[in-house]
Amino acid sequence: MNTTGDTPDAGAARATTPGDGGAGADTGAPARDRRGEWPLYEVFLRGRRGLNHVHVGSLRAADDTMALRHARDLYTRRNEGVSIWVVRSDAIAASSPDERDPFFAPSADKVYRHPTFYAIPDDVPHL
Amino acid sequence: MPSAEEVMTVTDRATGHGPGGARRPPEATLADETEAQARFERLIAQDERVEPRDWMPEAYRATLIRQVAQHAHSEIIGMQPEGAWLTRAPSLRRKAILLAKVQDEAGHGLYLYSACETLGADRDDLTEKLVSGRQKYSSIFNYPTLSFADVGVIGWLVDGAAICNQVPLCRSSYGPYARAMIRICKEESFHQRQGYELLMTMMAGTEEQRAQVRDAVDRWWWPSLMMFGPPDAASPNTARSMAWRIKRHTNDELRQRFVDITVPQAEALGVTLPDPDLRWNAERGHYDYGPIDWDELARVIRGDGPCNAERIETRRTALRDGEWVRQAAAAYAAKRAARDAVGTGVAG
Amino acid sequence: MAVDNAYEALTEDSRDLGDRWAYGTGFQDPLSGVDATLPTGADLPAAARHVLGLGDDALVMAHRLSEWCTHAPELEEEVALANIALDLLGQARLLLARAAQLDPGLRPAGVAGHVPDEDALAFFRSAEEYRNVRLVEVPHGDFGHLVARLLVFSTWRLGVVDRLTGSRDPVVAAVAAKAVPEIAYHRDHAAGWTLRLGDGTDESHRRMARGLAEVWPLVGELFTTADAERPAIADGVGVDPATTRAEFEDVLRRVRGQATLGPPGADLRRDGDAPATAWGRTGRHTAALRDLLAEMQSVARAHPEGRW
Repeated sequence: MNTTGDTPDAGAARATTPGDGGAGADTGAPARDRRGEWPLYEVFLRGRRGLNHVHVGSLRAADDTMALRHARDLYTRRNEGVSIWVVRSDAIAASSPDERDPFFAPSADKVYRHPTFYAIPDDVPHL
Repeated sequence: MPSAEEVMTVTDRATGHGPGGARRPPEATLADETEAQARFERLIAQDERVEPRDWMPEAYRATLIRQVAQHAHSEIIGMQPEGAWLTRAPSLRRKAILLAKVQDEAGHGLYLYSACETLGADRDDLTEKLVSGRQKYSSIFNYPTLSFADVGVIGWLVDGAAICNQVPLCRSSYGPYARAMIRICKEESFHQRQGYELLMTMMAGTEEQRAQVRDAVDRWWWPSLMMFGPPDAASPNTARSMAWRIKRHTNDELRQRFVDITVPQAEALGVTLPDPDLRWNAERGHYDYGPIDWDELARVIRGDGPCNAERIETRRTALRDGEWVRQAAAAYAAKRAARDAVGTGVAG
Repeated sequence: MAVDNAYEALTEDSRDLGDRWAYGTGFQDPLSGVDATLPTGADLPAAARHVLGLGDDALVMAHRLSEWCTHAPELEEEVALANIALDLLGQARLLLARAAQLDPGLRPAGVAGHVPDEDALAFFRSAEEYRNVRLVEVPHGDFGHLVARLLVFSTWRLGVVDRLTGSRDPVVAAVAAKAVPEIAYHRDHAAGWTLRLGDGTDESHRRMARGLAEVWPLVGELFTTADAERPAIADGVGVDPATTRAEFEDVLRRVRGQATLGPPGADLRRDGDAPATAWGRTGRHTAALRDLLAEMQSVARAHPEGRW
């Protein structure tokens, strides 16, 4: 039986978790929806004070709370001093790494304008 | 050093290709493609890293997906042989070390699946391919663990071989893979140390314990050598992978390095490696070793190893038993999102 | 974080090992650096009994959690459960070692001299000599059962251990201070899952409710004290778990309510009214503990002179 199909909010699931996430209210849903796949999150860590957050990898979680918890377990071994950001991968807007990329598509990508976009290597002082 | 690139990695994935390959606007022309190919080759030639949204030959992408996925699967399946001893570890310190190590392997699997997803692969699809036998994992994990000494020998030999394989991959041409390997190698080094330390302690224990160590070394030595893959002459893809700098050394080079590193460690431990042909060759500056039973490797890869079916079945069962949990979490998140949307007046 | 060169990482000297080994896996004496003075004027055998019970709880719970390894519903959850088990194992090692310091008579007779106290107690006692509550020993069920047990266990233990930070025994106080944030994290983890399962799908709701119903009969025992450990409470070394019950019930009520599992009302009260018996704390266990120990102790007992 399709248990997620019983939840009244299955439609919302589709709207908020594209491509996955407990939708599948009808039999036409792809198999992976019924498996309850969790969305992808990107993880950023501030290793210690004075450093920027740096991207360290990704993970899957059903919601933000779970993503933060998993990030802490997985990437920091729960080091209390570390600051963690998680963000849904599909919520990040981005430029192309190189404008000569033939598939570069101009879009609302402004991440690179932010100072935090340029993460500073750990061993560079006074930045 | 790669910090800025790492940020770029995310952004690349966010706007880049979905599963199945790079986004390809209709206006992309043959000239664009030719230029992209030239750029890719220039990156490789200059030993620069290829990043997720860069153009890459489909064969490069496919080879990487296969290699990284196989590596990820190996970490996850590799939890089982040692995990089997978690409930029987003979001291609390060993229990904690083993649990931490098996946990690391889950973490390594996650780092690697994450790297693989930047290539447009999907973790669920990869997992499906694993449990349906369409993607492989390291055949070493199809051997059983018969005593607690096996935990030590896996750390020493199996993780030792893995380190020999993996350290060069920290300079792999594909950025996310190289970065995952850096993290993994850092942790693997203490996996190997804990194994060797356990064996040293057991060798200083009772005669029965020493016999267990010797028996475990006898059983794991040859499979460890097989971890490096078929001999170069029978490894048709090696040349291309090396040209792409997905691999940095041939199977036989890495195997030789492992043997050279391990023989003195075995002597220090007081065990004899089960190879009568093993001896120092002053002319080559390396240890010679006897012929490897490649038929056995082929058998185990084909699925006739002692534990193939059990390993896959365990993974399949965990996935099946966890399905309702993953569904529940997704359903709960959806309800929450819907409630929040109502609460803030934002249309769902 | 700063290591970009893996070759460098591999040749780093061992002073860095602390960063890479998980909790409780270090090479040192687990109690090194802590003031180990015995509390003056206290009934030490009673204090030892009290500490032993709390150590056994952590050990058996960690063991049950470790059985989940390679069976978790998602890889991320493997990592999370292992973290919790490692925390509890760390607590168990410290508490068992301390119990043996408080009363060397607890160490089982005939165990080889090189075996540390923590291992002598863990691997060479019979089920009847274990003092854990039965909640931690019953076999694991599905993930709903795991979450229910973890929620009940960590909510209860947090209340007890939080008060133990004021223990007159400096070691117990130090162990408790380290354990409070750990257990708070475990409780959060369990509470988060209780919400997701309770308010997830019909099936998860049913399973979560069943998990809680299954562990509920074992709750009353958590607030009991064995006669042998009672002086430790009077001495200010230990804590009377009964004093934490209101707090426990309040947390459970709120989590259940948010998880749409309804007020525990009837079943909670029924249990509360029942005359509570100190089962595990007096060495009376279910058959499950014997099976658990038979497995856990098998290697250590097969090699009584062994070194690990």
